[in-house]
Amino acid sequence: MLRVGLPAVALAAMLGAIFAMQPRAMSYFGLTVLLNFTLPAIFAAMAQMAVIAVGDIDLGIGPFISLVNCIAATLLATHPLLGWLSFAALIAAYAAMGALIHLRRLPSIVVTLGASFVWLGLALLVLPSPGGAPPAWLPALLAWRPPLAPLPLLASVLLAALGEFLLMHTSYGVVLRGIGGNPRAIARAGWSLLAGRAALYALAGACGIVAGLALTGLNTAGDATVGTQYTLISIAAVIVGGGEFVGGIVTPIGTVVGAWIMLLAGSLLSFLNISTDWQLSVQGGILIVVLGLRALNRWSAA
Amino acid sequence: MNGRIRTWLDARPWIWSFAAALLVWLATALVAEGRGILATLAVALQFATFYAIVGIGQMLAISAGPGNIDLSIPGVMTFAGYVAMGLMNGSDAGLAAGLAAGVAVGLAAGAFNVGLIQGLRIPPMIGTLASGFVFQSMAIAYSRTTHAAPAPALVSFSAARLLGVPVIALIFIILTALVALALNRTVFGRSVLAIGQNIRAARLAGLAVRRTLASVYVLSGLLAAIAGILLSAYSGGAALDMGADYLLMSIAVVVLGGTSIAGGQASPAGLWGAATLLDVVVTMLNVMRVGAGVRYVVTGLIIIGVLALAKGRDQAA
Repeated sequence: MLRVGLPAVALAAMLGAIFAMQPRAMSYFGLTVLLNFTLPAIFAAMAQMAVIAVGDIDLGIGPFISLVNCIAATLLATHPLLGWLSFAALIAAYAAMGALIHLRRLPSIVVTLGASFVWLGLALLVLPSPGGAPPAWLPALLAWRPPLAPLPLLASVLLAALGEFLLMHTSYGVVLRGIGGNPRAIARAGWSLLAGRAALYALAGACGIVAGLALTGLNTAGDATVGTQYTLISIAAVIVGGGEFVGGIVTPIGTVVGAWIMLLAGSLLSFLNISTDWQLSVQGGILIVVLGLRALNRWSAA
Repeated sequence: MNGRIRTWLDARPWIWSFAAALLVWLATALVAEGRGILATLAVALQFATFYAIVGIGQMLAISAGPGNIDLSIPGVMTFAGYVAMGLMNGSDAGLAAGLAAGVAVGLAAGAFNVGLIQGLRIPPMIGTLASGFVFQSMAIAYSRTTHAAPAPALVSFSAARLLGVPVIALIFIILTALVALALNRTVFGRSVLAIGQNIRAARLAGLAVRRTLASVYVLSGLLAAIAGILLSAYSGGAALDMGADYLLMSIAVVVLGGTSIAGGQASPAGLWGAATLLDVVVTMLNVMRVGAGVRYVVTGLIIIGVLALAKGRDQAA
């Protein structure tokens, strides 16, 4: 309970502080502006969560999102079929990466870092200098104003609910989480660890593609380095949201809350008139503080 | 006979990286039809030095066993580079102060990492990743207030050649040899490898596990700072993205050089084979006039490919 409760309280406090400083943010329009960039962040965080669930880490998700951004701003507009095919190929590449890590027992950290160079290189090949334009439907979709709640809020709730259902309340979800927690038990029960890891990596690739598409819809242009920040944001979101790096402990709701916290930390800085130069420090710092508090908690419990 | 060759090769995991570097270099010579081929090697060695310096620290961390890694290297390099260049401010008068401050940044960063890992018990991977971003943002904030130019004396030192060989390469090849000696012959070196093989056994044997691991991270911070200072001097000033490639490269030279990613076994000589390999590959692609995109793709694929093959060999043994 504390796992999701603590980040939720922290998020409420941050929202409270922002609303107190800027009451206009409390409207439909204000929330849309404030939360717009949480859309790519929550999907990036979900991608990272799928990988952390098997006890791995993905240091290439940021450059991967850049690559999707570059494809979406070029191929997807000029040759839609080719664009979608390349996204399918990217998901297959992620699944293959998971399979390779499993079969060769490679450290995910080195493989995903190596892959980050591949993603960056491909992004530069697709779009050597920033520019391009996405197909018209993409920005339109991101600009959609659904009734009742702004799009980022609606998407966050739906994504958290869907993730929670699939991973926590379906039998294959339990199997997938078990790969990180107790792989031997899962293998003994007759499940394929290879298929499980490949499936989770494919899921990560798919979430990364949605994140890249959302980012393209917001930026309406491509840039081979635009996604870099999402590596840190996604890892921090999973951990701050209650995930553990060891043992496949993740919570989809917590991860979405964690992504909001990391994003709003940036907004809070600008409301406080602190230079955005410090944004990385604040995001890294939140991660350190949360893990430090957890260590203190373990000591007092022991 | 075959078995003896096999044993001889297994004891020398660094051979592969040198052989690959030599092959790629010869291939480059073919592509370039022999023009400027020795000069190419000297330039490759110059840049290989920066990879090898951070590689030494990363190798010590990775050798200390599963979970140990230093992901703060790019942040430390950039911050130390800026602090050192800021104090030098383009004049030799600030040389000593700049060097001292840059080195102090490296030591402090390493100590900070130790605090996170041992004090707060944060996994090294996450702790050093987070601290690396903190150092990077300190560099960003500091870069607004400073004119980060190196002292002329340091610039000429960083680019100096002795009989055509970069002087800093010579210095750090000697340092690498000392590290290799230390790993084999000193209590500290043997402790690092023992901890990497089995941390429980190392503890039960009465080794100073905490102190050894702390030294490893402080050393890695120090070496990253030195690399940052020298790289800033060589490139005529610090830059915010100067560390970006070094996260992967510091790990790549360790892994390609034959150090076991599982820990407990280090291959210092291999750092130079791997660093030279990665540089001559870039040189070859430049000679072939392909863009930056292809360079990144090829580098990434080489690292994943070699890792997959090398691990296969480990398992077969």
